[in-house]
Amino acid sequence: MRDEIYKRLLKDKLFKTVVIFLSFISTVPLFFILFHLIKNGLSSLNIEFLFNLPKPIGEEGGGIANAIVGTFILILISSFLSIPLGISAGIFMAENRNSKLYKIINLLVEILQGVPSIVLGIVAYLWVVKPMKHFSALSGGIALAIMMLPVIIKSTEETINLIPESLKEASLALGVPYYKTILFVILPSGLSGILTGILIGISRIAGETAPLLFTAFGNPYMNLNIFKPVESLPHLIYNYAKSPFSEWHQKAWAASFVLILMVFTLNILSKWVIRKWKVRF
Amino acid sequence: MKEMDSGKGHKFRKDLILEIAFRKILSLSAILVILLILSIFITLVIHSSPSLKAFGFKFLFTKTWDPVLNQFGALPFLVGTILTSFLALIISLPFSISASIFLGEYFREGKLSFLVKSLIELLGGIPSIIYGFWGLFVLVPVVRSIQIKLGVAPYGVCIFTASIILSIMIIPYATTIGREVIELVPSEIKEAAYSLGATRYEVIKKVILPYASSGIISGIILSLGRALGETMAVTMVIGNSNYLPRHIFSPSNTMASVIANEFTEATGDLYLSALVEIGLLLFVVTFCVNYIGRYIIKKYTITQ
Amino acid sequence: MGDKEVESKILKIENLNAYYFENHVLKDINLQIPENKITAIMGPSGCGKTTLIRCINRLHELSPGGKVTGKIFLRDENIYEMEPMIVRRKIGMVFQKPNPFPTMSIYHNVLSGYRLNGIKISKIEEERIVEETLKKVGLWNEVKDYLHKRGTFLSGGQQQRLCIARAIALSPEILLMDEPTSALDPVSASKIEELLLQLKESYTIIIVTHNLQQAARISDYTAFLLMGELIEFDKTEKIFTVPSDPRTENYLLGKFG
Repeated sequence: MRDEIYKRLLKDKLFKTVVIFLSFISTVPLFFILFHLIKNGLSSLNIEFLFNLPKPIGEEGGGIANAIVGTFILILISSFLSIPLGISAGIFMAENRNSKLYKIINLLVEILQGVPSIVLGIVAYLWVVKPMKHFSALSGGIALAIMMLPVIIKSTEETINLIPESLKEASLALGVPYYKTILFVILPSGLSGILTGILIGISRIAGETAPLLFTAFGNPYMNLNIFKPVESLPHLIYNYAKSPFSEWHQKAWAASFVLILMVFTLNILSKWVIRKWKVRF
Repeated sequence: MKEMDSGKGHKFRKDLILEIAFRKILSLSAILVILLILSIFITLVIHSSPSLKAFGFKFLFTKTWDPVLNQFGALPFLVGTILTSFLALIISLPFSISASIFLGEYFREGKLSFLVKSLIELLGGIPSIIYGFWGLFVLVPVVRSIQIKLGVAPYGVCIFTASIILSIMIIPYATTIGREVIELVPSEIKEAAYSLGATRYEVIKKVILPYASSGIISGIILSLGRALGETMAVTMVIGNSNYLPRHIFSPSNTMASVIANEFTEATGDLYLSALVEIGLLLFVVTFCVNYIGRYIIKKYTITQ
Repeated sequence: MGDKEVESKILKIENLNAYYFENHVLKDINLQIPENKITAIMGPSGCGKTTLIRCINRLHELSPGGKVTGKIFLRDENIYEMEPMIVRRKIGMVFQKPNPFPTMSIYHNVLSGYRLNGIKISKIEEERIVEETLKKVGLWNEVKDYLHKRGTFLSGGQQQRLCIARAIALSPEILLMDEPTSALDPVSASKIEELLLQLKESYTIIIVTHNLQQAARISDYTAFLLMGELIEFDKTEKIFTVPSDPRTENYLLGKFG
């Protein structure tokens, strides 16, 4: 009998040890990746790198300014397209749970969430690049906007659902019309949640490459024209990594470091927003 | 109130118009989103039709992918996708389940919990291209030396490497779902088991995991959905070979990676259409997998 | 004043029927509410008392599945032929759980009826309204130095008084109260009851309550509802001592609870 209990306790300790061990190992790749990024990339990181355009292979120096600017342009286009539509649709979904339209849009948004980003790149190519007959930042922005849309819709819907119904009724009971109730009472109360959704959406698309491969395409020069191809950080990393030139590999490490910094900052920012601005009821 | 009543005529009319306009804008947005998603599907179907017409169902079973001869079959990519995704799933399973139990049961709060949770979240936030890049320069040499030891062709880039990278990428996602499900197990039934003299391990094995099983299975299925669509990391380490892989150390291609590699090079309508058809396949497969996963979670939360 | 007091009836409810999807929740209600008095509406859970007041400020029809037939006359106008937003400015409501707008300061909460409706008033007028209403609800001294802080730091009872201030800032004729003290502690609850007794001089108050003692304490008239029907309506004193209907008597004796 004592032997049995002893065996069971042993199994218990063993299991816990294994769980802790495997959990820690799960986090190890993070350290490896960061280690390599810093080791290989930090040396190339300087002001010149961030603010200069790439130089042709063989020449010294050069930077990734066009990629950084390009990423910002793509984020802007994507946000411009997806945020207003996403918030409106999210409000609709939160306010019309019982309508037939709700079931349809709920299902479709869930489908959209699971679509691989490269498929969206195909669609943006077929819709924009093919008719225009050339690559453009706009097409890339459209692909990214479609990616961002479900994130914004879902976070808006969930945020508004968390706001107690009595708040809406208090406003309506004052004779305030419905549209003002939503715009001036409900939305301000849900601002932190909606903002967080936007930041999370941006941090996801900032690192995306696949949908840009045949839409925004890439550009060795700085380009501010949304109807022309534009370079982006993830795409530049892909290009440089594939190439046979070790100088470009070096630059790719440094660019990866910049990209990861950007994504991590956005993530931390979104957590801070929720903490600082969350409205309690 | 008297002062407010006068002059109310046109003001209320304006409010009424804005009111109706606002509601219309909301429903219009919803309809727009619906139309958008439907058109994505329709576009894929329309542009796959040359390929659908030319190859029909044989497309799924043909292993020749020859742009020169205009012969296209998706079998190599289906196999590559299935092999990498399932292998990644198997590799990641012990780690994600452990981490879920770690965060959901042993260490629900406190500094250690926060640390591990944050690290795993950061891992989940790393862009796919960086995983691919790191995999190419760090993991591939390692795999190459393994291949040399095993006497296999030392490509380095192969299904095995892609599976490893994929597994690292899906661990954060699966862990989040698993943790949430495990946290939801009501303390009443855990306490009932403890009061009968069970050890913690036994409570986890016989009470918590069975109770959370559908949620965990759902998490596994959803992670599979993620793995299926993963493109960049896989493209960089899988070797980009369009032939049927012979074993896990063969270079290969997945549905997503062949699109990434060849889409811009695709000359000719049939070639492009075949690639779009692969995109359509991806769309349908990921939709089914995600739908099943979410359906299980929904059924599960209702029975709570 | 003899037994027959001629009071004006500010609200006349005629053949009011209300539905919630297929459920017939209010059946042929006919009721006349006297002006400047406190009328309590009581009855067991689910009898329709909350639905009744939500019909009076036309909030019921906004609920999914909500339907109303019948007429309600505010003085001489049928509110169901008026613009709903006007109705709601003349008939204010205070809810069970205090719900000040969390993103606005106390100052702006009181004025929210004006600001959200786009009604422009001068700064002097604004400050006058804020001070007057906060004094009326007995909050002025407690918050006058914190007018620009958000209202969420206030206690439950203070928040509820803020909500009452917000409602009376629009100078409504009728104040509807849906179990306004049931979420408060007994001390705050009795303060609110005192407040209502003062407010009835300026407003007509209709209060839904499941607290019989509260109804007996503060109301002048009481209506008893059971399963959507108006069973009895009379002076509170009479209903609580010699009710006419046996069902009212059973309820008061605690049979329905």
